[in-house]
Amino acid sequence: MNEKHLLLKKLYQQFTAEIVKPIAAYVDEEEIFPVETVKEMVKAKMMGIPYPVTYGGSGADTLAYILAVEELSKACATTGVILSAHTSLAANPIYTYGTEEQKQKYLVPLNTGEKLGAFALTEPNAGTDAAGQKTTAVLKDGYYEITGSKIFITNAGYADIYIIFAMTDASKGTKGITAFILEKDMPGFSVGKKEKKLGIRGSSTCELMFDRVKVPVENRLGAEGKGFGIAMGTLDGGRIGIAAQALGIAQGAFDEVVAYTKSRKQFNRSISQFQNTQFKLADMATQIEAARCLVYKAAIAKDTQKNYSTEAAMAKLFASETAMSVTTMAVQLYGGYGYTREYPVERMMRDAKITEIYEGTSEVQRMVISASVLR
Amino acid sequence: MKIVVLMKQVPNTTEMLIDAKTGTLIRTGVDSIMNPDDTSALEAALKIKDANGAQVIVITMGPPQAAGMLRECYGRGVDHALLISDAAFAGADTWATSNTLAAAIKNVNPDLIFAGRQAIDGDTAQVGPQVAERLNIPQVTYVSKIVEVAKDHIIVKKHYEDFDETLKVSFPCLLTTLEQLDHLRFMNVTEAWGSFDKPIETVNNQVLQLKPSDIGLKGSPTQVRKTFTRPVSSEVKLIHGGSEEAIRAILSTLAPYIH
Amino acid sequence: MTKDIFVYIETRQNIVAEVSLQLLSEARKLKGQYAEKGMNHDVVAVLPGYQIENLTPILFRYGADKVILCEHEKLKEATTQHTTKVLADVIRHCQPDSVLIGATVIGRDIAPRVAARVDTGLTADATIIEVDMTSDTSLLLVTRPAFGGNLFGTIVCPNHRPQMATIRPNVFEKIEKEANQGEIIRFETELDATDWVEILKREVQQAKANDIAKARIIVSAGRSMVKHMDLIRSLADTLHAEVGASRGLVETGVLGKDVQVGQTGKTVRPLVYIACGISGAVQHTAGMDKAECIIAINSDPNAAIFQIAHVGIVGDAVTILPKLTEELNKILN
Repeated sequence: MNEKHLLLKKLYQQFTAEIVKPIAAYVDEEEIFPVETVKEMVKAKMMGIPYPVTYGGSGADTLAYILAVEELSKACATTGVILSAHTSLAANPIYTYGTEEQKQKYLVPLNTGEKLGAFALTEPNAGTDAAGQKTTAVLKDGYYEITGSKIFITNAGYADIYIIFAMTDASKGTKGITAFILEKDMPGFSVGKKEKKLGIRGSSTCELMFDRVKVPVENRLGAEGKGFGIAMGTLDGGRIGIAAQALGIAQGAFDEVVAYTKSRKQFNRSISQFQNTQFKLADMATQIEAARCLVYKAAIAKDTQKNYSTEAAMAKLFASETAMSVTTMAVQLYGGYGYTREYPVERMMRDAKITEIYEGTSEVQRMVISASVLR
Repeated sequence: MKIVVLMKQVPNTTEMLIDAKTGTLIRTGVDSIMNPDDTSALEAALKIKDANGAQVIVITMGPPQAAGMLRECYGRGVDHALLISDAAFAGADTWATSNTLAAAIKNVNPDLIFAGRQAIDGDTAQVGPQVAERLNIPQVTYVSKIVEVAKDHIIVKKHYEDFDETLKVSFPCLLTTLEQLDHLRFMNVTEAWGSFDKPIETVNNQVLQLKPSDIGLKGSPTQVRKTFTRPVSSEVKLIHGGSEEAIRAILSTLAPYIH
Repeated sequence: MTKDIFVYIETRQNIVAEVSLQLLSEARKLKGQYAEKGMNHDVVAVLPGYQIENLTPILFRYGADKVILCEHEKLKEATTQHTTKVLADVIRHCQPDSVLIGATVIGRDIAPRVAARVDTGLTADATIIEVDMTSDTSLLLVTRPAFGGNLFGTIVCPNHRPQMATIRPNVFEKIEKEANQGEIIRFETELDATDWVEILKREVQQAKANDIAKARIIVSAGRSMVKHMDLIRSLADTLHAEVGASRGLVETGVLGKDVQVGQTGKTVRPLVYIACGISGAVQHTAGMDKAECIIAINSDPNAAIFQIAHVGIVGDAVTILPKLTEELNKILN
C-alpha cells in the first residue's frame, strides 16, 4: 500500500463509519437494499474505482478498489457485495472485452454510478457446471433473441445493466456460450422473486427471466462462443472482490470481539484477561493477517500479471474460510449475547457463509488451485 | 470568484487523556484531525463553488505534516492548497499568526475568506477577526447559515447566545463558521487518488518577507508562563453497592436544594 | 490613566450584560491586589452605546471607579466595525494598563480586532486572572484552558500594553459595593458614515426559553444515555431542572448544541449538577466544575467524573434514575 491507498482507506473508513455502519443492522433485519448508501457511494465516486478517468472511472488500481470492499464489509457485507458485483462482475468484462462503443455506452455510466450493474451466469441446472446453460440466444434479423432464466443474481432489480450468458450453439458445450449486455428495460426482460437468505440479507438476489428478449448484435460482448472464457476471466477478478468482502467481515467481527472481551467482566475481570480468550484472539488475528496478505497480493497480481487465477482462488478460499472461522469464534467469545441480534457478530457469522459459496465455492477454488499445481 | 479557506490541523482533544500518575497530558497516539469548525468553512466554500463556480484555495499554517490535511482538501475538490511553514513562524500567538496569514492572503487577493470560528487546541477564536483586521475588511463571526451568495455580497445568519441575526456584507469579507453550519462532504476517490499529482505550495518567510518582530514566538506579544493540568481532588464520597443506598445518598445531598 | 483596568461594558437593548458586571467586580479584586503592592489602579468601565447614561449607576455599584461614556447613534448596536473603532480610540487615548472583555459572541468578535488594531496581546477565554505579586510590574497572570480543557496555560503579556483578556461568562461572581456613582467621562470619536454590515433581520432562537447557563439544577447526560433520554427528562421535570449534555451525546443528535456543557459548549454554574453516564473528560468538566454540588452516576468506578464529584454513585444510571425520580416525586408531593 502506498500513501494514495492510505488516503483512500481513510475515505472509506469515514464513509463506512458515517453512512454504512449506523444502518447495517437495520439493512439485515428488514432485508432492505441500501439505496441511499449507493447514492452516497456515487457521490464519493466509489463506483468506478479501478477504471480510467477517460471512461468515467477514478483512475486508481485494483488494490484501491479492494480496500473499498474490505472497509464497507467490516460494517456491512451487503454493501460490500453490491460494490463488488457492480465493479468486478459488470464493469470489468465490458472494460476487458468490450468494444469502444460498448465502453462509451455502458462502462461510462457504470463507472460514474449513473447506472448499477449485475452479472448473470448461474441457472437452476448450471451452477458450477456452467456448460449446462439452458438460456439460448438465436440470431434473427440483426438481433439475438434470448430466452431462458438465471437465478441468484446479485443486484437484480436495482441494476440497470446486466452481463448475461446464453448458448448460441448448444452442441459446442462451453464453446457455445456467448456473453451479452442487457438493459433492464428491454422488452421481455423481467426480474423474478427475491430470495430469502441466511445472510447478506439486504443484498438483492433474484431470478432473471428472458422471454424472447431482442438484443441488438452490437450488445454481444466478445465473439460468439467466447462467453465461457469471459465468464471465467470475470470471475477471477470477482473472486478478489469476494475475498476482500470476506476479509472485511472477519476484520469487522474481530474488532467487535476485541472491544467486547475488554469490557465484558466475568469472575471480576475482563474476559480478555483469560488465556483462552487471548489465544483465540491471537489465532484470529494471525488468520486475518494471512488472509489480508493473500487478498492484497491477488489484487496487485490482477494489475501486473496476465494470469492471476491461482492468486485469486487462493485469496478467496483462505479469506472466506477465515471469515467463517473468525465470525464463529467471535460469537463463541461473546457467549449468549453473541447469539442475540442485539450484537452484530451473529449477523457477521451469517454473512460470512456466503463467501464460501458464491463466485465459485471453496471446492471450486480448490479445483482451480490444484489444477495450477498439477499442470 | 476566489475563496480562501483558512484551515488548521489539530490534535483530537476529545481523545486526550491525562496520565493519572504524572498529571501530564498524554499526546502520543492522539490523531491529528481537521479542526471541526474549519470543516464547515470548507464545505461552505465548496457549496458556493458547486452552485456559482469559484476557485477554492485552502491555506494552512503549520508544520510540514499539515500537508496531509491539504491532500484531504484536494480529495474534496479544492483547487489549490498553500502550506505556510517556516521555523521562523513557529510558536506564534494569534497576533503573530494573523500577521503571517494576512500576508499570504494578500498575495492571493480573494473575494471571500472563510475560517472556522475557533480551533479546538487553542479555542481562542481570535485568528479570524485578527486576519480581517490586518486586511482591513469586514467580518462576520459565528456564521450558522449561508442564506444567499450574490456577485458582490453575501447574506448570512449569525448565531448569538439567544438570538440570530441575518446580515448582508459586501466582498471582500471574512466569515468565521460554526461547526453546525454544514457537514463536510466525504473525499471522493477520483480527487483523492489524483491529489498526489497536485502541488502543495509551501510558503516560507523568504516568500512573505515579514519582520522577525512580527512573526513567530519572538514576535508574539503574549507568552506562556506555565502550563499545568487540572489538579485531581480526592474528596469524593464514592458509593458502591445497591441502588437503594445510592438513592438515599442522592436524596440527602439534594435535600437542601429542593425545598 | 496609564495604570487603570478597563472593562468593556456590553449592552443589549439598554441592559448591561451580566458578564460585564462580573468583570467589574473581578477588576475590583485586581485593584485590591495592586493596592497590596502599593499600586493604585482604578477600575474604569468603558460604555459604548446610544442614550445609555442611565446605565452608569449599576456600573458603579458593581465596581467601577469611573465610567467612560461613548455615545453615538452608530453605537446603538454593538457592531464589529464601530465598537472596534471606539474601543481602539479609547485605548489609544487613555493608555490603560489592561482591558477586560466578556467572552460572549460580541466580545469574542470585537476583542481580537481591537487587540490587532492597537498591536497588543490578547488572551482568550480566561478563567483566572491575578496580579503577579512576584514582580514590581503591573503584570497580570491570565490562566485559561486549552486543548479542550485538558491543559491550562498561564499567559502573560510583558512588553505590550494594554494587557487584554476575554473572560468567560459566569466564571466570576458579581459583587455589589456601596457606591452607585462616580466620575463620568464623555469620550467622543468619529465613526465611519457607511456600515460594513447591514442587519436584515433579528430573530429570537426557537425553543430557547430554557437557558442552562441560568439553571439552578442541571441533569446532564452522556453518550451512553442516548436511548434513555426519557429517564433524564422525567428526573429533570421532577426537579424543575434543565437538561444538559456532554459533547458525545450532542453529537448523536438527540439534543441541540445549546445544551452542551463544556469547553466547546457552555460554562454552567448551577447549585446542583447531576451527571448521568458522563465519563468526565476535562473537555466536559471545564464547563461545570464550578457547580456548588456535583452528583455523578457512572458504572465505571475509575471514571474521571468522580475526581470532581461531591457525591459519586458507582452504578448504572438506567436502573438508578427511575427509582430516584419515583422517590423524589413522593417527597415533593
